[in-house]
Amino acid sequence: MNERNEQIHGVACTFRKPADVFHAAEKVRDAGWSRWDVHTPFPIHGMDQAMGLPRSNVPRLTLLGGVTGFITGCLLTWYLNSYDYPLVVGGKPFWSIIFPFPVIYECTILFAAFGTFFGQFILNRLPRHHHPLFDLPQFARTSDDTFMIVLEAGDPKFHLDESRNFLLSLGGQEITVIRE
Amino acid sequence: MAHAHDSSSERPEILDKVRPAELPRPKLILNDRGFHWITDKVCGIVEEETPLWWKVMFGVALFVASFTGLGLLYLVSTGTGVWGLRSPIGWGWAIVNFVFWVGIGHAGTLISAILCLLRQKWRTSINRAAEAMTIFAVMCAGIFPLFHVGRVWFGWWLLPLPNQNGIWPQFRSPLEWDVFAVSTYFTVSTLFWYMGMVPDLGTIRDRAKTWWRKAFYSVLALGWRGGNRQWSNFEMAYLLLAGLSTPLVLSVHTIVSFDFAVSNVPGWHTTIFPPYFVAGAIFSGFAMVLTLMLPLRAIYRLHDVINQYHIDNMCKIILATGTMVGYAYATEFFIAAYSGNSYEKFAFVNRAFGQYSWAYWIMVSCNVITPQLFWFKKVRENHALVWIICIFVNVGMWFERFVITVTSLANDYLPSSWGYYSPTIVDIFTFFGTFGFFSVLFLLFIRFLPLLPMAEVKMVTPQADPHAH
Repeated sequence: MNERNEQIHGVACTFRKPADVFHAAEKVRDAGWSRWDVHTPFPIHGMDQAMGLPRSNVPRLTLLGGVTGFITGCLLTWYLNSYDYPLVVGGKPFWSIIFPFPVIYECTILFAAFGTFFGQFILNRLPRHHHPLFDLPQFARTSDDTFMIVLEAGDPKFHLDESRNFLLSLGGQEITVIRE
Repeated sequence: MAHAHDSSSERPEILDKVRPAELPRPKLILNDRGFHWITDKVCGIVEEETPLWWKVMFGVALFVASFTGLGLLYLVSTGTGVWGLRSPIGWGWAIVNFVFWVGIGHAGTLISAILCLLRQKWRTSINRAAEAMTIFAVMCAGIFPLFHVGRVWFGWWLLPLPNQNGIWPQFRSPLEWDVFAVSTYFTVSTLFWYMGMVPDLGTIRDRAKTWWRKAFYSVLALGWRGGNRQWSNFEMAYLLLAGLSTPLVLSVHTIVSFDFAVSNVPGWHTTIFPPYFVAGAIFSGFAMVLTLMLPLRAIYRLHDVINQYHIDNMCKIILATGTMVGYAYATEFFIAAYSGNSYEKFAFVNRAFGQYSWAYWIMVSCNVITPQLFWFKKVRENHALVWIICIFVNVGMWFERFVITVTSLANDYLPSSWGYYSPTIVDIFTFFGTFGFFSVLFLLFIRFLPLLPMAEVKMVTPQADPHAH
């Protein structure tokens, strides 16, 4: 990496159609890139495979949240109604899984939803309000009707001129250098 | 939401022999609208100058909402006696209104979660507005039980928080289950709604011309960049939240019905309540979605995005759930007769022919008879008529909750303690005002947030398929 590349975030290239960006992404994947992304206004079916992305890790955090919620619900109802202030109601056991089950059920769903919601944003490194891409005028259209492949300078395969030519060969329309 | 696109390439030979009839798939978006058209249409609603009708409606809504404010102020400063509650009817309009509003919310979750799991692509056009409706309806619902506790400043005792009395909520009570169910429902619906909106907020941010608009939507969009690495996590989270909301929404109205079913009052103590309440909730909620979406479609000319196919589907769901509700009414009578329990038998004969028979027959005609008109295509295509039928359904479902709550309490075991419930003017004001409160929130939503989920609508257009030729 030379000094000039360090101020460069990467190279971006726009596409007009989902099919074009889809096939271009397959070629980038096959060329062995690891630090790159495809910016699209909506999720394109099968793009994960086209990019060679592994399965998302969000479900692990959902499960973690759900298990936490279940245990929290059990502990909460047990501590409140059976340990800290036991109350005889109809001669029934102080605590069982049955009577507070609706509460435990809701706690499980609530915490699983927290795990999913916050997990998604944590895995996506959001919120992040500054990013070199936001300075790129073409980038604004990627939330409307334009598709963009970004090859990042951090990738070992990155070389400014070669990467630019590579993107040209993929059929991209407008190629721009993104500066940090 | 991956496509099984491989199946199209290898066509089984048998198909050439039998030549099955090819049914054209109904178009979700008419006139082959492109991505940019969808962006322009939805963002245009937020970006245009505030229209006059919006200002007028907002003023009217604020005025109507003040009725709730005044009603509650009078209630809190005087006492719950200002409501029409007296022995033996301790649950009146407040509980009726609570169940009514919570039920309306359920259609939003059905559209956003259950139809998502069932891969009903038509849901995308109405999804966002219906979810907003859910959240605002639950807010309206929450007002009633909160103030029904009498001394609202002790409302926090419902939560498991330490207080100076050293006592805790009792988790054997279905009312306590309800606290957890409704608050979880509100929280999860809000998270789901907001998460789904983040990419669209990013679109509005990217189009913003003025600095304050840019700042406002930048904060809300959290710096969303629409990279596929983000979409991958986003879509997984979306699917999981749909999967979590589905058992949640079914549990919420089940638990609401437990408020009644766990007691031993004749007419309440029945096992049919959970499915019957859930069907009724979806029924009333879809009626409310159509009540809101038909005028919006006309005002914002969304005819290409919300077309006859969408309206047909919603009408058919209303027809199906309305028929289920009618079936549940019939089953209740059968079970009461079959039970051999004279109190149970009396409760149902009394509902239909007793002092509240007027309410019962309003309920039956609005909920069972009017939706049957949706069997006819001509009716479904007449949008003014659809709107009117939906109003009937809304009225009918309010009366259903009234019939259930009041008739059973007014005439239970001891004839010497029977009574007749009538609401007071404070009851009426408070309930009337919640429509204003709901409208205020909904109008703010229309004005400042994306009314349709742009990314999801774009996703179901034919040109979004990377394998299209």
